[in-house]
Amino acid sequence: MNGSSSSASGKTALQTGESPGLFAEGAGLTGRRRVQTLWFGFFRLAALINGLALCTILYFMLSRGWRAITWDFLTLPPREAMTAGGIFPCIIGTLGLALGSLLVALPIGVASAIYLNEYASSGRVMRVIRLGISNLAGVPSVVFGLFGLAFFCILLGMGVSLAAGALTLGVMTLPVIIGATEEALKAVPNTYREASLGLGATQWQTIWRVVLPSALPGILTGAILGLSRAAGETAPIMFTAAVFFTPKIPASIMDEVMALPYHIYVLATAGTNIEQTRPLQYGTALVLIALVLGMNLVAIIYRSRLRRRMR
Amino acid sequence: MAVSRNQAEKLIRLLFLGIAMVSIGILGLIMFFLFQEGLPIFKTVSVQDFVLGKYWYPTDDPADFGILPLIVASLYVTLFSAMISIPLGVMTAIYLSEIASRRVAEVVKPIVELLAALPSVVIGFFGMVLVGPFLQKVFGIPIGLNLFNAGLMLAFMSIPTICSIAEDALYSVPTSLREASLALGATELETIMKVVVPAGISGISTAIILGMSRAIGETMVVLMVAGGAAMLPESVFDPVRPMPASIAAEMAEAPFRGEHYHALFAIGITLFLFTLVFNLVADYISNRYQQKGEASL
Amino acid sequence: MLKKAGFFLAALALFCVGSGVGASERLGINGSTTVLPVAQKLAEAYMKMRPDVTVSLAGGGSGNGIKAIIDGTTDIGNSSRFIKDSEVKLAVEKGTYPVPFRIALDCIVPVVNPSNPVQDLSIEQIRDMYTGKIRNWKEVGGPDLRVIVISRDSSSGTFESWGELVMNKERVVPSALTVPSNGGLVQAISTTPGAIGYIALGYVNKDVKIVSVGGVMGSEENTLNGRYPISRPLFMFTRGWPTGVTLDFINFAFSKKGQALVKEAGSIPVY
Repeated sequence: MNGSSSSASGKTALQTGESPGLFAEGAGLTGRRRVQTLWFGFFRLAALINGLALCTILYFMLSRGWRAITWDFLTLPPREAMTAGGIFPCIIGTLGLALGSLLVALPIGVASAIYLNEYASSGRVMRVIRLGISNLAGVPSVVFGLFGLAFFCILLGMGVSLAAGALTLGVMTLPVIIGATEEALKAVPNTYREASLGLGATQWQTIWRVVLPSALPGILTGAILGLSRAAGETAPIMFTAAVFFTPKIPASIMDEVMALPYHIYVLATAGTNIEQTRPLQYGTALVLIALVLGMNLVAIIYRSRLRRRMR
Repeated sequence: MAVSRNQAEKLIRLLFLGIAMVSIGILGLIMFFLFQEGLPIFKTVSVQDFVLGKYWYPTDDPADFGILPLIVASLYVTLFSAMISIPLGVMTAIYLSEIASRRVAEVVKPIVELLAALPSVVIGFFGMVLVGPFLQKVFGIPIGLNLFNAGLMLAFMSIPTICSIAEDALYSVPTSLREASLALGATELETIMKVVVPAGISGISTAIILGMSRAIGETMVVLMVAGGAAMLPESVFDPVRPMPASIAAEMAEAPFRGEHYHALFAIGITLFLFTLVFNLVADYISNRYQQKGEASL
Repeated sequence: MLKKAGFFLAALALFCVGSGVGASERLGINGSTTVLPVAQKLAEAYMKMRPDVTVSLAGGGSGNGIKAIIDGTTDIGNSSRFIKDSEVKLAVEKGTYPVPFRIALDCIVPVVNPSNPVQDLSIEQIRDMYTGKIRNWKEVGGPDLRVIVISRDSSSGTFESWGELVMNKERVVPSALTVPSNGGLVQAISTTPGAIGYIALGYVNKDVKIVSVGGVMGSEENTLNGRYPISRPLFMFTRGWPTGVTLDFINFAFSKKGQALVKEAGSIPVY
């Protein structure tokens, strides 16, 4: 295949003159193919860089943090100005915050998604709600922190507490839940709905007994993603829930908590002995990464299985 | 029987509508509180002095509340990260959507998603303890916590956002467009660059804008890595103090409803307005320039 | 599967509540990172003495501590500076009367990277570095290296004390890096050859080198005899005269055991 035979098929705008002159015989198909190979190489490189970045971060965290992970580390509270002991209160705090945020976000999120997907007619109202959701998704995490402080901590008088933190995080993960639930609802074939309605069920009965159960796995995926997002956030809980050191488990949801992401932050910037606690910082980071990536991996695998089943 | 069923249905529908409005309600509440707690600062300092003032000394006596260095820092950091994240993100999206085989894509896509899932504090920590000293050594600069470091770390946080939205956009370009181009004798590359990408340009622009919006709003990374100097940067290796970093660092010490407190909320307003504008523009572009069907290309 | 998840959640919740049962008293401490090592040691020892009390500790700077006292969100506010007039006014407006307790002494020492040969600086030289007038170490007899000024966030009592005792209220140059804590400053200095910073005596370790001020080295002795120019008391503020657990804790801080812990933490006991 050389240049002259392709010119016989009639020159179109796609062929004339556009091939970058990397190779002198560039007007020919071979030249264009070479350019393509070059560029495709760049594209592959771009994708590879992402993989490299992830691997680099994971490698460093693992190699410097694995030594800190012992049974004691995971089950004991910190001692001796955080240079010894463990991060148990942080793990509990993070789990509490994440689960609490799900308790808030899941009902509201699923209900919102149901409305958008099942009830709403396209038009003004839906456009406005969607705009609201997408803007909510774009609000910076520190602004959520400010909001949580002003609204939950001060106005509603919760002070710095697990409850305030969970509510703030819940508001933040709302768009995630809504997005995932909508995707799950969309994947339910319309034939299900039509069959149910054809049998005389009302719309609500259809949703409750037919659509939701089918969409449940997808909703679950979204819930896991929301959990992992809530577990990893720091700025929303900085002013609303987390403190530097409170070694006992919170006795009520109105107590302050320690949390994994906040712990990493304070140990690395505000601790009393930053160099000495460095291994613990890596260890805490590793635990957090394991938690978050673990949840995400579960969600991703589960979701791809679902998609395969749906096909 | 049918009548009361209908009534119940209507009620349920209203209930769901109400719940769906919660998102807007929260957005409205956020705006309300930001403005309520932030506007009082403008009794002390004019809007112009606040936004354009060059000195941020909030606890001095008398205090100076000029956030220009903070705004400029945020913009520079976002710009710098965009220079890295836009090419990488879009190219990865093209790779995933057009070039990679199904099997490879199924491995690469989760990797990008996992990159997105990394908590921001971990990336900040990584930037602070590993990338900072590394930059110090490689570039011979006095301190590794600066604009460059922050931009680099932020880029890796925005790439997954850009990549996934752009990939969706490219994926939804009708195959018939591609087939037509290939049938006319174009190579795959030419098809991608001259047909698919332009067709998906609205989605790609949305992706870029949302990625940048994420970068400007990110807190923990800039808090730990940008250096904290409230100055107008002269070089890419200067320490800076973007807006979210100031808020996070100073909020805990600002006495409730004192001047400093109001000033920090006012920075929050500024930040919120930036991201709001970004999001509205992205929404506008995605609606206006949507490629609907094949005929309008 | 949902059932399993529900069961797990219930068990977790029960566990969480159960381990906190036998409602303990809570003591909240918040504030200065200078006082933090002291507060942490005191808190740990105190909780051993009184297992029915849970102490929760937050750092972030003297400004945080005083604000928390003013806003009533904490029981004890640590501060490495005295309360400002404006803060007193705000507190009284809100109906809180802050009571200071001087639980330790401290001095702020200028520190440089261990590779820096400079041994001594006058207060004026330090001030000029911080206002940006002196930009290169060779101007003070050091190597030809740019001076990297490192300072603290505005929430820091150490920052405020530095401002009063060294800067004469002049402003630190905007290009100074800011770190949120004494610990952060140690970290920054140890990795930056041309840096100068200031930390509380209790944070000095082998990663940084102390510079004497006008010939006087910062130390416990020189603070107590008054020769060292940059020293200050460390305070714990309470809301009104302390009662109950708060009073007990403050008394503990003043006890022999408490002051021994102060010394262990690196600060200077009051007796």
